[in-house]
Amino acid sequence: MAQSIDEIQNEIIEEFALLDGDPEMTNFYIIELGQKLPPLEEAKKSEENIVKGCQSKVWLVPSLEESKMNFEADSNSAITKGLVSLLVRVFQDQAPNDIVDADLFFIDKIGMNRFIGTQRSNGFAAMIKQIKLAALVNKERQAIAKSDPK
Amino acid sequence: MSTENTVVSTTQLDIDQIRSDFPILHQEVNGRPLVYLDNAATTQKPQVVIDALTHYYQQDNANIHRGVHTLAERATAVFEETRQAIHQFINSNEPEEIVFTKGTTDGINLVAATFGRTNLKEGDEIIISGMEHHSNIVPWQMLCEEKGAKLKVIPVNERGEVELEEYKKLLSARTKLVSVVYVSNSLGTINPVKEIIDLAHAQGAAVLIDGAQSTAYLDIDVQALNCDFYIFSGHKVFGPTGVGALYGKRRLLEKMPPYQGGGEMIRSVSFEKTTYNDIPYKFEAGTPNIADVVALKAAIDYINQLGKPAMRAYEEELLAYAHQRLSEVSGLRMIGTAEKKMNVVSFVFDDIFHFDVGQMLDARGIAVRTGHHCTEPLMAHFGLEGTVRASFAMYNKKEEIDQLVEGLQRIVKMMGK
Repeated sequence: MAQSIDEIQNEIIEEFALLDGDPEMTNFYIIELGQKLPPLEEAKKSEENIVKGCQSKVWLVPSLEESKMNFEADSNSAITKGLVSLLVRVFQDQAPNDIVDADLFFIDKIGMNRFIGTQRSNGFAAMIKQIKLAALVNKERQAIAKSDPK
Repeated sequence: MSTENTVVSTTQLDIDQIRSDFPILHQEVNGRPLVYLDNAATTQKPQVVIDALTHYYQQDNANIHRGVHTLAERATAVFEETRQAIHQFINSNEPEEIVFTKGTTDGINLVAATFGRTNLKEGDEIIISGMEHHSNIVPWQMLCEEKGAKLKVIPVNERGEVELEEYKKLLSARTKLVSVVYVSNSLGTINPVKEIIDLAHAQGAAVLIDGAQSTAYLDIDVQALNCDFYIFSGHKVFGPTGVGALYGKRRLLEKMPPYQGGGEMIRSVSFEKTTYNDIPYKFEAGTPNIADVVALKAAIDYINQLGKPAMRAYEEELLAYAHQRLSEVSGLRMIGTAEKKMNVVSFVFDDIFHFDVGQMLDARGIAVRTGHHCTEPLMAHFGLEGTVRASFAMYNKKEEIDQLVEGLQRIVKMMGK
């Protein structure tokens, strides 16, 4: 049984608790998480996949595979890549409906705004918005497909 | 590397004593002692400046120039003392050539809106350099758009110096104004402003010097420079934010129309006809930022007391040390290696994003600036989105540069691929 969005969030909260709020270790940990993201094909680093509103470049490629969402992501900033990797981890293989309804309590719990600053917080919010929007589009598509089975 | 002005050979400053004058420096950030290396953005304030602000509000606060009561007299006197101090600080011909502004940006906009609107017509040209910050680009673009004039840009070479030969080619009888920065905020380059001014004058053009980064350390003599306008901000000379000064030659200021309408800038007002006050009051509509103007004098006194030659000598030492130590960091590439430069080191890593460097240094209590430093065209010239910039003041220590280098080496190691 795959983990739920909330279960993954709780896992992340536990991991960050081990860092004890040390800003330097937290940054390096976030970078490490980003380094684990599978590389994104150069062709997908296109203008349309860029998340608007980030100071650094962030590419986010959502798709729907067998009724679950799949996300690929990359960034030219190692820290931003780490941040987007957290979102990918939370939302990978989840149903569009669950993503739309998800409450991202882990952001406050790990004290993210404290160590990433206002500019990055805004960029992070833009990433979440783009993910939720992609999920919403797919949720609507699924609803249409259900009501109109041809 | 050498600065424009004379440099004394040995450091005469007691840096520990100076540091004790700046209360903000004695704090921890993210569990470590603060290392403040963002002085090109704003400088910290000595206790005497903070005290001057407090003293003004506790003892003298009143509106200036019109009241006849004791406090109004006192407030007016200390306000005007600052004008006198600036007049001496930059050696204007007379105090009336000093106009108080909100800062450098406000001063440039004032000149664009008054001198610019009156003197430019379609087909005229304004020349700026390729290393200007946005405040010395956008007001001129706006003016050019309004007047149908043209903005020309002096190219910058790979070391981050203006190309004087190209500048000569841009100058013509159509040039009405040249506006250049004395010291680049992104690269630290000291521009040959005297030559720039003389060449412009030979073509009959006026010259504005943006002195935001130069005023704290270089000896400024606006009469010797013979610039037509010189502008600086209080907050970059260890004074308060929200206040600055515009120097303009009397004959130019007198011919310029007022900038804003309101109190103080008028001689008499009737619904039929308003006559304007003399300079500089003509350009100082409304109640000014009195307390901060008053405290700015404390900052100028503080600099005068330390002595600019001694400040420059120490600042040179810091810069040379920073260049030497930073060259030890693997993968670090310096941007801006002008022969004449001061107090700024700008650098990039090819495989580490500048924001990441800034954020990771902050985690160690080190404050640097990252990004385009409001000089997007200059960054584009170097093919960069931005740099990491460390900028120094006379309260910085070599140990702080060591901490910066240590922090950078740790980042490089941790992010090594």
